[in-house]
Amino acid sequence: MEKYQNTPQLKRQLLIDTLFRNSTRFFAFLVLALLVGIMLSLLVGAMPTIRQQGLGFLTSTAWDPVTEEFGALVPIYGTLLTSFIALLIGVPVSFGIALFLTELSPTWLKRPLGIAVELLAGIPSIIYGMWGLFVFAPWFGDNIQPWLIDNLGEMPVIGFLFQGAPMGIGMFTAGLILAIMVIPFIASVMRDVFEVVPAMLKESAYGLGATTWEVVRNVVLPYTKTGVIGGIMLGLGRALGETMAVTFVIGNSTIFSTGLFDAGNSIASALANEFAEATSEAHLSALISLGLILFFITFVVLACSKLLLLRLKKQEGRGT
Amino acid sequence: MTEQNIKLKVRDLNFYYGNFQALKGINLDIPSKQVTAFIGPSGCGKSTLLRIFNRMYELYPGMRAEGEILMDGQNILSRDVDVNLLRAQVGMVFQKPTPFPMSIYDNITFGVKLYENLSRSEMDDRVEWALKKAALWNEVKDKLKQSGNSLSGGQQQRLCIARAVATRPEVLLLDEPTSALDPISTAHIEELVHELKQDYTIAIVTHNMQQAARVSDYTAYMYLGDLVEFGETDTIFTAPSKKATEDYITGKFG
Repeated sequence: MEKYQNTPQLKRQLLIDTLFRNSTRFFAFLVLALLVGIMLSLLVGAMPTIRQQGLGFLTSTAWDPVTEEFGALVPIYGTLLTSFIALLIGVPVSFGIALFLTELSPTWLKRPLGIAVELLAGIPSIIYGMWGLFVFAPWFGDNIQPWLIDNLGEMPVIGFLFQGAPMGIGMFTAGLILAIMVIPFIASVMRDVFEVVPAMLKESAYGLGATTWEVVRNVVLPYTKTGVIGGIMLGLGRALGETMAVTFVIGNSTIFSTGLFDAGNSIASALANEFAEATSEAHLSALISLGLILFFITFVVLACSKLLLLRLKKQEGRGT
Repeated sequence: MTEQNIKLKVRDLNFYYGNFQALKGINLDIPSKQVTAFIGPSGCGKSTLLRIFNRMYELYPGMRAEGEILMDGQNILSRDVDVNLLRAQVGMVFQKPTPFPMSIYDNITFGVKLYENLSRSEMDDRVEWALKKAALWNEVKDKLKQSGNSLSGGQQQRLCIARAVATRPEVLLLDEPTSALDPISTAHIEELVHELKQDYTIAIVTHNMQQAARVSDYTAYMYLGDLVEFGETDTIFTAPSKKATEDYITGKFG
């Protein structure tokens, strides 16, 4: 059977196929190699601190390059708190934007609004930082903060969050700026996933007499939960790692305080501020340890979101 | 047909997608507790007509209906009729099965919960009743907590029928309900339509003329937005009064 034997053309195709398969595999494994490489170099760099302080590094609030005492609690708290505030404000707003754009907006308004949201994502973070420091913080400190401090500062349980001086800058302001920065990301992902819900599925719910909200709550959200959580995680990733804008408005304090209006520090802005000045091995190692912690936090957040998705899937009822 | 036996009266109904007129002066009486089939080539407006009976078109901008549809004497196109209450009275089943992403039990209770406040045991009874109506109970009674998506295509479509029946509507709209199903599932659904007409007024859109002949009591043939002929199914299929209807039914065209 002549035509089933290897002709030169067939050989060439086989060769190209093999090359193609191997080169794509190489790129895929390159990602893994990079990940492991970064992790290893962070670990090696952080070794002096880990060996010297162990887990105590995580709970210590000291940060003094002169006496070479370092602790990570202040930046960890600042990072988590600002990201939490960012999501607390950003997620409901993004949800509202996405919902309006997909379900309620008249057609002529959809495109301009959608483009505006995407433009918001394109603004460089340093501009957010400058706007936060020069425009928002002074206004916030003069007009809103005194009222919040007077009215909420004395409340039981949550009062401690709202005490302090109305300086404008601080962890709350940083969280708010972060919220504005993550909104376009979360909103555009949510809009995209809401748009892929089959029209027929939504019509089925409308057909039973459900209102728009009931359709969104019971059909659209469960159907898109993976994408919605993915979008929130994308936003959280940005909030955790954002450096420039946060550095501008967080106050860069190394003193531990729990209040929302107090100056604090985040891991990313501590790194940005101090890396150039870190001369001693202990200081450098402490900073690299912070980087390792940030890496770890991101990893935990991702793992948690996967677990959450698994649990949601269980609630929906067993699949096949 | 006597006056009392008419469930839906369509009067001078025009429908527009933007500037395009999709339905042209439709006049039609849909009898109560009978199956009325709508046949015609693609784009003839049969699905469009069906989607006016529960005002589904209102979800989309640029669509508008003129004229009247009287359900038990009340014009359902009037602004005074609440669209959600109307849809609770007029159930709909679509071309493809559309189980909600939740358990079989929750799929059924979804619509019921919107308008009725039932106790746990009443709700259990309602779920069982609806699933029995849709001839699905025996297959799913042991796995009500499983996802609706875990069922086969034909079972999913019967689940959707059960879901529509569960709210105890007066009218059931079936929009090509078997177009995505295999012949055996199709036979199941057709049998079901026969059973359901004892309690419900059923309007079914179908591409399949044999199906229309099998399941319906009355048939409407539509073409390019016009209602060409309407009458008892036996008459339409054996002795149509119009040449166009005969051509379509005998397969000369369409």
